[in-house]
Amino acid sequence: MNKTQSVSIFVLRVLIGWHFLYEGLVKISDPSWSSVGYLKSSQGPFSGIFIALADQSTTMVAIDFLNQWGLIVIGLALITGIFTRIFAFSGMVLLLLYYLCVPPWVGLEYSIPMEGKYLIVNKTLIEAAALFVLGVFSAGEQFGLDTLIKRKSAAATNLATG
Amino acid sequence: MEDNNKKNQNPTSTKRRDIIKGMASLPVLGLFGIEYARSNHAESKGETVDMIKELGLEKDLGSISAKSYDKPKDTIRLGIIGAGSRSGSLLFHTGFAPKKSVEDFSKERLEAWMGYRDLNVVLTGVCEVFDERAERALAAGNNSVKAYSGEKNLPKVKRFKHYHDMLESDEIDAVIIATPDHHHVSMTVDAINAGKHVYCEKAPTRTEEEIQILAEALKDSKQVYQLGHQIRHNPIYPYAADLVKKGILGDVNLVEVTTNRNTPSGAWVRHVNSDGSPKSGDARSIDWELWQGDRPQAPFSIDRYYNWTKYWDYSTGILGQLFSHEFDAVNGILNCGIPATCMCSGGIYYYKDGRQTPDLVQAVFEYPDRGMTLVYSATLANSRGRGRVFMGNEASMEIGSSLSVTADGNSEKYRDKLDKKLIDTNKPMFTVGQNTGVDGVSSATQKYYVERGLTSVKIGDELKDVTHLHLKEWLDVIRFGGETSCNVDWAVQEAVILQMAKKSYLEKRQVRWDPVNKQIV
Repeated sequence: MNKTQSVSIFVLRVLIGWHFLYEGLVKISDPSWSSVGYLKSSQGPFSGIFIALADQSTTMVAIDFLNQWGLIVIGLALITGIFTRIFAFSGMVLLLLYYLCVPPWVGLEYSIPMEGKYLIVNKTLIEAAALFVLGVFSAGEQFGLDTLIKRKSAAATNLATG
Repeated sequence: MEDNNKKNQNPTSTKRRDIIKGMASLPVLGLFGIEYARSNHAESKGETVDMIKELGLEKDLGSISAKSYDKPKDTIRLGIIGAGSRSGSLLFHTGFAPKKSVEDFSKERLEAWMGYRDLNVVLTGVCEVFDERAERALAAGNNSVKAYSGEKNLPKVKRFKHYHDMLESDEIDAVIIATPDHHHVSMTVDAINAGKHVYCEKAPTRTEEEIQILAEALKDSKQVYQLGHQIRHNPIYPYAADLVKKGILGDVNLVEVTTNRNTPSGAWVRHVNSDGSPKSGDARSIDWELWQGDRPQAPFSIDRYYNWTKYWDYSTGILGQLFSHEFDAVNGILNCGIPATCMCSGGIYYYKDGRQTPDLVQAVFEYPDRGMTLVYSATLANSRGRGRVFMGNEASMEIGSSLSVTADGNSEKYRDKLDKKLIDTNKPMFTVGQNTGVDGVSSATQKYYVERGLTSVKIGDELKDVTHLHLKEWLDVIRFGGETSCNVDWAVQEAVILQMAKKSYLEKRQVRWDPVNKQIV
């Protein structure tokens, strides 16, 4: 990867990390926040599952907790570039769940207004795809802590084989 | 070449370079931290203020609920005059429902209904002009919550054709009047004179002349009178009254109350079912002469029978049916009473179905002594939700199914908090009370009633129906003494304001209340 490519991947990783981290922190600092409303507004083929989850208050406590801390941890990992592959793919799965909960598909109408106009593809799906790219390209090795981990494990391998 | 260069590089310097590269994103984290702190400061997070506490108000509406008495040992024997749809609800909330419908009750509804056993009442009389409806009320009366719980030797419900016969019966202690408005005063007065307690649906009177007759009959009477404004038992209203008394709003100078409905049923087109089929009833099954009472005799009309609110002969239209609730809410909060003047106008704009009473109304009531005006506007052809708004020089209060208070941008009282951005003028300083009871299957008219606080209300953890609480209060006062929350004084004030609006509308001029001669001029 040449320098421009490395820097581009680094910038993309940090931007998405920033977005995740802030979303997580905002949710944690608002005591009234819960994903119940989002899940309850679910439509499409998986709406049954999402709505059923929203109806169970004990499950919701766990879902909200995982959501808040999931976003924060993934955000921090992406910014610092540590274990990037795992966290990029986890973030992608999380975003795909958001996407499938309220997919912008033809024929589905939502009472909560969206901030743009979408047909199948929306920003959540694009961000999920971007995380896939980051995972595939080992983005943490471009100006990230994964460089050091790789170096360490390489050194260990060298020692073992040497 | 490149490989050679790499090999020649000092390993320590490569390590250092890798460490620096690996840490490249740390400044980003630092920047994030700074910006996050700034965003928190901008929203003054952590510096929120609990205005309810700050203003010394109660947080829990449940603390303002109906008085509770011991379980009564003596049974009160009720008679009901009029067995239409409202009557079904009144019977349900005193513990009477046909067996068939009890079997279909949800668990919650059955639980609430079983709780009504504590009222300790029996139904001994039904007076109704329409056989089918009378049968339904008899079925409800014979399946009281007492009978359902297995109590034996309960009296049978008797049907009376004429209400005079019912009033003569010594097996009845109290009557519920749920007829069209043109019978309200004559029935109330006759019942009081016959020594029966009265619960009468609004409107209290149909004409101005009847006001004095009602007031005279109830003056010094030992019988207990309750006008059917159940809203009094929604704890939001005493809570709101307390707010106003404490000066939270400053001087209330403008009050705006509204009615918006947009369904045929909400506009009193009720002679057809929702599928368009005609409702039952004809000249053979309905005693039309008795139903008309002292009103000008008209040929039998299923429209007049079901949709009587459309005609001045039997009602005061939108004023008595809907504005009465709005005024009762305002009067309960502000204790403003009879206005000095009224200007009311409107027309029949949408429902050109031969009706006489307007489907759109606006009325302005002035209270110069209080420096206040009450404005009412209503349409039966638009369902936009508009709350009741009380505007003071310090804050505005809006009441729908919940109550919220928003500081005024130019308030002196809240200046300090506004400046510190602890509160803002775009959202309420606080909101209390959350009504429940609307679901996907509730009709538009039902939702209207819920929004106006006319159905159930949450007191503590319990969902209580305000109609039940209002009936309970009446029965409690009959047994234990005291005053009903909608006694004759309130009824007279309401009757006067309704008649002022009606007169102004019909005569197309501003009318005045003459407090000395007690008449509208």
